[in-house]
Amino acid sequence: MVNIPKFTIPKEEYVCKGHSACPGCGTPLALRYTLKALGKRTVLNIPAGCGGVILGVWPSYALKVPVVDNAFECTAAVADGIRAGFDVLGVEDAYVVGWAGDGGTVDIGLQALSAAVDRNANIIYIMLDNEAYMNTGIQKSGCTPIGAWTTTTPVADEKGWNTSPKKRIMEMLVANGIVYGATVNVAFPEDFIARLREAKDIKGTKFIHVLAPCTPGWRIDPKKSIEVARLATQTGIFPLYKVENGRYSLTKEIKNRKPVREYLMLQGRFRHLKEEAINQIQKIVDEEYARLLKKIKDTNE
Amino acid sequence: MIEVMTANYAAAYAVKLARVGVIAAYPITPQSSISEKLAEMYVKGELHGKYFLVESEHSAMSMLIGASYAGARTFTATSSHGLALMHEMLFWAVGARRPIVMAVVARALAPPWNIWGDHMDVMSERDTGWMQFFCENNQETLDTILMAYKISENRSVMLPSMVIEDGFILSHTYEAVDIPDQDEVDDFLPPFDPEWKIDFNDPRRFGGLTMPDWWSEFRYRIALDQEVARKKIVEVDKEFERKFGRSYGGLVEFYNCDDAEVALVLAGSAVGTAKEVSDKMRERGKKVGVVKLKTFRPFPAEELKKLNDMVPVVGVFDRSYTFGYGGALYSEVRNGIYDPAGGALVKNYVGGMGGKDFTPKNMEFIFEDLLRIKKEGKVDKMVEWINIKDGTGRW
Repeated sequence: MVNIPKFTIPKEEYVCKGHSACPGCGTPLALRYTLKALGKRTVLNIPAGCGGVILGVWPSYALKVPVVDNAFECTAAVADGIRAGFDVLGVEDAYVVGWAGDGGTVDIGLQALSAAVDRNANIIYIMLDNEAYMNTGIQKSGCTPIGAWTTTTPVADEKGWNTSPKKRIMEMLVANGIVYGATVNVAFPEDFIARLREAKDIKGTKFIHVLAPCTPGWRIDPKKSIEVARLATQTGIFPLYKVENGRYSLTKEIKNRKPVREYLMLQGRFRHLKEEAINQIQKIVDEEYARLLKKIKDTNE
Repeated sequence: MIEVMTANYAAAYAVKLARVGVIAAYPITPQSSISEKLAEMYVKGELHGKYFLVESEHSAMSMLIGASYAGARTFTATSSHGLALMHEMLFWAVGARRPIVMAVVARALAPPWNIWGDHMDVMSERDTGWMQFFCENNQETLDTILMAYKISENRSVMLPSMVIEDGFILSHTYEAVDIPDQDEVDDFLPPFDPEWKIDFNDPRRFGGLTMPDWWSEFRYRIALDQEVARKKIVEVDKEFERKFGRSYGGLVEFYNCDDAEVALVLAGSAVGTAKEVSDKMRERGKKVGVVKLKTFRPFPAEELKKLNDMVPVVGVFDRSYTFGYGGALYSEVRNGIYDPAGGALVKNYVGGMGGKDFTPKNMEFIFEDLLRIKKEGKVDKMVEWINIKDGTGRW
């Protein structure tokens, strides 16, 4: 007998060729991994943003699962509505996924998401975080990191870039009482799929925060997209962790965190940053990472 | 079974009788007692479906769009600012072709704050593509919700419906209401069975990006299907009458109009006042008619054109105003009955806004004014605000 290796990533593909994402875009990878984890009986509901646009133009359509498009701020409400409809009609074994961007989640969609968590809506809410309003042309969102250039936080004379920190969406939702939350990164597909498999059959609202690079928005070489995404985790800027009923735990141990400079300097959106600003960002990242480790310690005692 | 109840309770009973699958609602005065009554029915296990508390009217409508895509019959209710907050999703429900039924307890929009009835909220949603049905009384509110599901869910229509009851005047006033038997309603209203819904074995995308070469065609279909709805509304009203013995004219009802000298077009609870005043004035030999606009969208322009042959002068009473022009009903009626060869003279009367009492005396004033116009053969002014304290009114 030949010992067949166990693949952790299913072979099935639910994303067809011919979608219109940019080269190096993280979103199609996230879509592929999500649907590989959840399978055929999954419905996505997608608000305004790249997520809808890259699936193609009517009557073409690049997915093998149903999709409901919706308005910008209502992803969690529409998703919970689909679940409600399924429940009263006896449709079982189906996954209802809200598939929104960072702006559609932490800014305009926050109210509906908070209410869905309040109802403990039985949905999987996936936030594709590319750290700005990319579909409308790279404007600052609540997820844009400190130091980043965007078209609405332009750089002039070493000033003017984004100065507000990323909204702590996971902490907001944990405070809100969410049953499951996790961060995943398209550069770590096995972990990505493992988190979704873990989350999918938990009853209640599941929140998955995906880091997905945007090559034109981050000003990166498309072939370096995964390298940059991987560095986000390796530097501790985007640590991979999960929160189950308020208990935090790391899902990816990073032994020796790399300097944030390595991550920042691969991206045109940070190119204006001088030594002092980079050091400042390193300090903030160190503090945030320490806060995370403390939360892990505190919630597991 | 006849019980005494408010229009809001009548709406809740209609929701129960229609076996609605998913209800999502957010409280707002004067709609709140619909939300409360449905919550009570839900807790007692009297409802067929599930009831969800949401954090805004925007999410209420969003949730129903999702539930309807899943294949469930859906209901919400709102008023005023709640309807305005929903505005975006009202367009969405239409474009998505989801036959949601919503009770709108019509109310003024602030500021200044005002919780009482008028039609500014519903008239502002004229262009969303929703069908809009006004109700004269509490019985009509219950009956219209049942009919609205039948019309909306018709596979040739697939457009949502607003059932409009005047804030407080109907929503909080008790009247005798005949609650039909569940068996009879089941016979009248079959379960919701949409042609298109989420299907994992036939995966489709609903509402995705469509380029300019095809987008207009989707809008053209909505326009055509509003015309189909026009016929279905009349058919369903007739079927309802056969089954339950009550009819509301479908699109429009002409009352005391056959030999009338003048007629007044209006919608909502004020129709009842107008009918009573018309009856009393006829006793004194003054032949004034009432035209009840049951359906505002689709707009019954053809039916109203008959007014040109019936009367030389038509009045239009508005509980709303489109600033910079006139009343919303007025502009529609005048445009709808326009006859290049002549036709009736039309005058607009605006009143009863923000809950201001509109009394039989006010109504009589309008009829007398129309009779004067008939005698003089010309309209003195396009719009007259009734019962206004700044001197432009006559009291």
